[in-house]
Amino acid sequence: MSTDVAEAPLEVKEPAEALLSKRRKRIVADPLNEDNPITVQVLGICSALAVTVQIKPTIIMSLAVVFVIVFSNLIVSLIRNSIPGRIRIIVQLAIIATLVTLVSEVLKAYSYDMYKILGAYVGLIITNCIVMGRLEAFAMANKPYDSVLDGLGSGFGYAWIILAVAFFRELFGSGSILNVKIYEPIGNMLGVTLQTNGLMVDSIGAFMILGIIIWIQRTKNGYVEH
Amino acid sequence: MQRSNTYIIIFSIALTIILGGALSLTSVGLKPLQDKQVELDTKKKILGAVMDISNIEDPNEILRIYSERVRSLVVDIEGNELTTDPKGNPYVAENVNIQKNSKLDPKDRAYPVFMFIENGEVEAYIFPTFGAGLWDWISSYVAFGKDLNTIKGIAFDHKGETPGLGARITEPGVQGRFVGKKIFDQNNNLVSVSVVKGEGKTGLSDYEVDGLSGATMTTKGVNVMLLHYLECYSAYIEKVKSQNS
Repeated sequence: MSTDVAEAPLEVKEPAEALLSKRRKRIVADPLNEDNPITVQVLGICSALAVTVQIKPTIIMSLAVVFVIVFSNLIVSLIRNSIPGRIRIIVQLAIIATLVTLVSEVLKAYSYDMYKILGAYVGLIITNCIVMGRLEAFAMANKPYDSVLDGLGSGFGYAWIILAVAFFRELFGSGSILNVKIYEPIGNMLGVTLQTNGLMVDSIGAFMILGIIIWIQRTKNGYVEH
Repeated sequence: MQRSNTYIIIFSIALTIILGGALSLTSVGLKPLQDKQVELDTKKKILGAVMDISNIEDPNEILRIYSERVRSLVVDIEGNELTTDPKGNPYVAENVNIQKNSKLDPKDRAYPVFMFIENGEVEAYIFPTFGAGLWDWISSYVAFGKDLNTIKGIAFDHKGETPGLGARITEPGVQGRFVGKKIFDQNNNLVSVSVVKGEGKTGLSDYEVDGLSGATMTTKGVNVMLLHYLECYSAYIEKVKSQNS
């Protein structure tokens, strides 16, 4: 009995937040849909157009972006109190650039084919507004664990959109999914040749699909630009 | 919170040292692996011109086949073998940077020659070529049979051609269209092969290759590149031909 009494005040004083409390779930879930970096905040459009011709490079690109967002959020959040305010943007950029270079080097060493396809675009993650936006808006003012969750949310919010775009672009543009031919067998079955759509392999195709996704999403969520 | 200038400077220096250190460590640590990847990539392209290696997953298997089957040398524009580069180091054909070389005057370039060996005899001669596509560079390894006239295979690479249009030059189906084509006419003049405009043509001659719809500018680059490099190699080709006959 006596121990219970002694411990009770401690818990009341500082109730530990559940590992996945409602607030934290929102941190992860918001960027996936209602506050999506691409479709709602309209950030990171350039890479969404450039790397989404086929699904496989898109997967690698998504993983790279998730890695960079999560770890730069974590690092910045850990040292947020010692970063001098006047040079914080430079510090954030230096951390992002280091992580991106790491990804690029590892890719070159372990997956040279992907490095050849993605080389330039991986480097461009540095300029991806989503990453810096999260550091400045979230990691600079929040605890490490929350920042990691925020990074995961934004990273996957970015990832699922570009994967959706890549899925339709590869299907309609190259008639395949993950390099597995889809059009050919269907065409053979029906005895016709299915034409692939050249527009889809151009960036224009990405714009169109992205537009349609944004349209559907905003209709569903009732989001209006102010 | 405002911090003193000293703090900012010390912070920046510490950050630079930590991040720079992490980067140099990774770079040094991964260098051997990256070099191996680049080497593997080159050897894959060379072998890809003469045989189907798309089913071979194991990189070591590719390196083994390469060391067993391929001999290489470096020649100059006169067709004479070069043993040392301008700095006096021994030439290794695989390490000759085709892209850097292409910027030199044709007379000053080093021209690697790869020979594919079968039962102790040269089965195919493979020449690297380098040129400009529509957006960025294109390159190829083109393999000729023993007669140094008939194309045995070709493997293209490119940096930025449009996927689905110009980038189709890397598709096996498109590269297969070059097989069996010839580069010398009946009078033994070098005419090279040219990809024609338009796709699905029939009745093409031995020197014409069916085109790529929507990729005329890329194929023009291919034609210019092949003709230019075959001219550069022609002295060597003549030399080997006269030795063989």
